[in-house]
Amino acid sequence: MNYSRNTLLKRRAEGFKKGWYKFSRNPVSVLGLFFVLTVSFLAIFAPYVSPYPTHASRFVNFAEAGQPPSLKHLFGTDVFGRDILSRVFFGFRYSLMMGVVVLSLVVIPGVVLGLVAGYYRGTWIDTVIMRTTDIFLAVPPLILALAICSVLTPSVFNAMMAVSLMWWPWYTRLVYGLSSSLRTEFFVQAAEVTGASRSHILFREILPNCVSSIFTKMSLDMGWVILIGSALSFVGLGAQPPIPDLGTMVADGAKYLPDQWWITIFPAFAIMITVLGFNLIGDGFRDLFALEEV
Amino acid sequence: MNSKILEVEKLRKFFITSRGTVRAVDEVSFSVEEGETLGLVGESGSGKSTVAYTVVGLHSPTSGQIRFKGEDISRPVSKRPKALKQSIQIVFQDPGTSLNSRRTIQQILELPLKVHHLGNSRDRKERVVELLERVELPPDYMYKSPNMLGGGERQMVAIARALATNPKLVILDEPTSALDVSIQAKIINMLLRFQEEMKLSYLFITHDLSLMRNVSTRVAIMYLGKICEVAPTMKFFSNPFHPYTKMLLSSIPVVLPEEEAVKPAKITSEGEIPSPVNVPPGCGFHTRCREVNGICSQKIPEMMEVEPGHFVWCHLFPVVTTPTNLEKGVSV
Repeated sequence: MNYSRNTLLKRRAEGFKKGWYKFSRNPVSVLGLFFVLTVSFLAIFAPYVSPYPTHASRFVNFAEAGQPPSLKHLFGTDVFGRDILSRVFFGFRYSLMMGVVVLSLVVIPGVVLGLVAGYYRGTWIDTVIMRTTDIFLAVPPLILALAICSVLTPSVFNAMMAVSLMWWPWYTRLVYGLSSSLRTEFFVQAAEVTGASRSHILFREILPNCVSSIFTKMSLDMGWVILIGSALSFVGLGAQPPIPDLGTMVADGAKYLPDQWWITIFPAFAIMITVLGFNLIGDGFRDLFALEEV
Repeated sequence: MNSKILEVEKLRKFFITSRGTVRAVDEVSFSVEEGETLGLVGESGSGKSTVAYTVVGLHSPTSGQIRFKGEDISRPVSKRPKALKQSIQIVFQDPGTSLNSRRTIQQILELPLKVHHLGNSRDRKERVVELLERVELPPDYMYKSPNMLGGGERQMVAIARALATNPKLVILDEPTSALDVSIQAKIINMLLRFQEEMKLSYLFITHDLSLMRNVSTRVAIMYLGKICEVAPTMKFFSNPFHPYTKMLLSSIPVVLPEEEAVKPAKITSEGEIPSPVNVPPGCGFHTRCREVNGICSQKIPEMMEVEPGHFVWCHLFPVVTTPTNLEKGVSV
């Protein structure tokens, strides 16, 4: 038996290898992976890789204010004389944190509600859950987040809460569609005839068949959430100075355009790379899972 | 023998849709004796699968009664006692979707054992191996995923799963219609062997009449949600009464001249089965029946026992012997 168990593990490893092979056939998604890995590395090791780690927080040096890109300051300095490259590295931290925190708050409740609503399609449970998500989906996400953030005191935490509050319905909607069609599949009905519990059916039979779609959506959403987080910071409703958020940095530099372009352009470019990276990976996943289904 | 394991009485299952009420099953009565195979035959859309799903509780009946060993079980599976789910199992038509491709064969076969708390994890594993051996699959298949198996192998796993809890009654919903002919024979033989070994009763649903001849003890034929004729298999094939049965039997393709000899004269089938949303008045078959007369579109016929154990639902067979109902008369 042990021998067979090993073959099971080996086959999983082979499956993983095969998946990676398929994923790597698409150079664009590999580029996306490269972006994301680089950004993550820089974010995690920001205090060690940035040339001036102290510039990330309260720091003023008017002697070097507004300097264009040079060898000393590769991305130039802002109006307080802070090194923009260092601040971008630290900015990645807030962007990624935004994405990770929001998605981890959103995915579990969203998916569970979707599973339940889909399984009980046509009953009052379905009606209550899905009409509630409809109400949330009817409000444009950015507007809702803006409204929430402007009522509450602007902070990174409140921005995360606001974005989370408007993001869960997308997962509910996605999983609802899958769950309501999967529940009529014969394998679910077979489990029901046997007498398996509701939780077994929802989480062991239906959920595993939704995972690839959820995974794809998550990697696409990472990009979107980061973008919305930056947008909130840009209008002053997210991270507050001196926190080096990329959105805040773009907003601060906007006043000095076009003369001191580097203050705006580099953080903006950093946002773009991050969002693009996650989106490309998401596309790669989508193709990968689409192939797997065949 | 001769005690009824399953009795279905005046079972109705209607579905409310936007186009109207679908009368999928309309006042169907039949019973399955212990150890026998009742073949339920019908065209697609005749409601035979709905009968199967209602018996196992995937649909709740609109009206009527289902009794298992005398106990009323006419309710959805979620409201049935757990022990009962051990005794009634189903094998679905399409083995491609009846096994969850995200689970291993071991997990699939272990589920019924886990649900009914049969043994600890080592016992369960042994049982899984035993079940695989029973359906003639190698034990290391337990680590495989269903999508690594062929259609026939998957159906064997589905059968093994149905047998895992030692059921008494197994509903077979066209278990071979999605498979190659070569595998069909193997599966049918296996099913017959299990029936003998485990004293199983089968409700065998199919549209394949020639299969019925070899497998079932009795045959019931369905048309538009009604049972038209119930008879012991020999009688059913040698001396059919209902015009619909005659039409179906004459349409079985045959190869050998001996087969041709026993086959009734060819009756061309006319038209299609009407929509169960718009059931014709009177006898549902009168729109296609060759022996139709005035009363057929007026009045719904009664089920008549024309000869012992042979029931016909047709105006052409009024009281030939004593009129009776199913509870009284069914015996093989």
